[in-house]
Amino acid sequence: MASESIVVDHVSKDFTMQYHRTLKQMAVATIRGLPLKEHFRAVNDVSFTVEQGESIGLMGLNGSGKSTLLKLINGVMRPDEGRILTRGRIAGLIATGAGFHPQLSGRDNLYLNGAILGMSEPEIKRKFDEIVDFADIGKFLDTPVSHYSSGMFARLGFAIAIHVDADIFLADEVLAVGDKPFKKKCMAKMQEIRQQGTTIFYVSHASSSVRAMCDRVLVLESGHLNFDGDVEQGIHYLQYDDDEETKEALADGELGADV
Amino acid sequence: MRAANKAATAAARQAKVDERGRRRNAARKARRLMEKKADSMPVVELRGPKQERVVDAELVDPSPHGGLVEVFQQRYLLRLIVTRQLAQMYAASLLGLLWSYIQPALRFVVYFAVFGIILRTHDSTPNFALHLFTGMVFVHYFTETWSGGTHSIWNNRTLVLKMRVPREIFPVASMVVAAYHTGPQVLILGIACALLGWHFTLVGLAAGALGMAILICFSMALSLTFSALNVFFKDFQNIVSTFTQFLHFLVPMMYSYSYIARMGQDHPWAYQLYFADPLAEAVMLMQRLFWAPTLKPSQYAHEFPPDLWERGFIMLAVCAVMLVLAQRFFSRLEGKFPERL
Repeated sequence: MASESIVVDHVSKDFTMQYHRTLKQMAVATIRGLPLKEHFRAVNDVSFTVEQGESIGLMGLNGSGKSTLLKLINGVMRPDEGRILTRGRIAGLIATGAGFHPQLSGRDNLYLNGAILGMSEPEIKRKFDEIVDFADIGKFLDTPVSHYSSGMFARLGFAIAIHVDADIFLADEVLAVGDKPFKKKCMAKMQEIRQQGTTIFYVSHASSSVRAMCDRVLVLESGHLNFDGDVEQGIHYLQYDDDEETKEALADGELGADV
Repeated sequence: MRAANKAATAAARQAKVDERGRRRNAARKARRLMEKKADSMPVVELRGPKQERVVDAELVDPSPHGGLVEVFQQRYLLRLIVTRQLAQMYAASLLGLLWSYIQPALRFVVYFAVFGIILRTHDSTPNFALHLFTGMVFVHYFTETWSGGTHSIWNNRTLVLKMRVPREIFPVASMVVAAYHTGPQVLILGIACALLGWHFTLVGLAAGALGMAILICFSMALSLTFSALNVFFKDFQNIVSTFTQFLHFLVPMMYSYSYIARMGQDHPWAYQLYFADPLAEAVMLMQRLFWAPTLKPSQYAHEFPPDLWERGFIMLAVCAVMLVLAQRFFSRLEGKFPERL
């Protein structure tokens, strides 16, 4: 049974940027004729469908709307236009340890984060040892997470999210914090859940790992979905390898290198 | 006309040039990023064939829509969030939970001294201490739910921004925290009642249930509304804290109902305004449960309005409607939370 896992249908998301927050600032801005607020379209009319088990690489420059799109799929935000549908449980790794509370111990945070990701109490208890093992935080388990190093923080966050047994797994560029052996462990684990048929959304700039991890690439450029298709082509697309531009860019590159 | 056309063409050409420039810049940035990051992540190849995973679920909107109902379906999560809030409150505090008793206890002593002993309310209101304490316990519950709820979304913004949870869970958690603090106070109240000769009556129990229902609906409606508003303007948390300071004086606890009834003879509108407050009604219903049964019926006959019950039921209906409206208001504003936090 092939079935859609994620349907994104003409989705747009606007942000309102409010420049002035107090009445005084607003009055001054009005007198000077400055704008009080500005709309900004972070995701612009994006449509695509993902089948269950597909592994998608989401690429694009910083600020091109990748994180916003991921938050929309995760359900943290709602689209202003269009609609998003998903099937099954989603485990999002939008930011590691987002729900962590600094004063709570690693253990308490593990329970809390697991519950937010949709795990039930018995499920967390069952997977507890496995998660702690994967996170490799050892004796720090009962220390408040405010004493953790950023690496430990990231490890615990990833360990919880990856053990959720989700149907859709979203991974933002959060893995960038960990050290090399841990990153490797994470990628291996992601390959494992990919093999089990989980839909994966992987945001990364690292073309070589996208090549290994993904079946399909989406490229976002300032909110528009400008490429949707084969991995090699996608990476090629992102490098903008047109001949004339390359030459031009090489010339520019030398000048721009120290900018 | 021609000039305008010319200007338009020029503008379009300029826009095209800008667009090309922007694109070239983006391309340059992208190439540099790709070169730098190409091998930043280790490469692990897929081993073995992929399995098919059959997901037995419908395609649904991923964002939570269930509102308060969904919160009560996720009781386990609610419990953990309450624990988290308590931990947050008592972090780096020596006396911890005791603080939520010291303040009410001191306030009780002051009120009792001023109103009971100096102003001699004690003479006209039998068991005045109980009359006062009943009011204080439930006003405390109400103010804590309201002000805690107002801060709740803002205080939990890291969770609101990054994780998918029904956001009503935070105001609800504040209500549970308030109940957690009020629980032992109710226990003390119960013991005091028992010592003063309290006896069980069905009427009292019904009054208590009605009063509690009004309190829950009203405080929840307010905390949902204000938690959403406070995301947009921090002024609201100051409005709430200013307002909660005189709530103690706006319910019949330091003085009994008969004083208000006497005022009502001269100023009927003031009387109506006073009892338009669901909190005043709820406090009287709670006094009907805790304070009245410690007295003889003749002693409290004039201490409750003749239409206590009619007002109670109407108030409950009004508060239930307010709660529904507050939920709808919250759902409408919630979409804008992420960009304003």
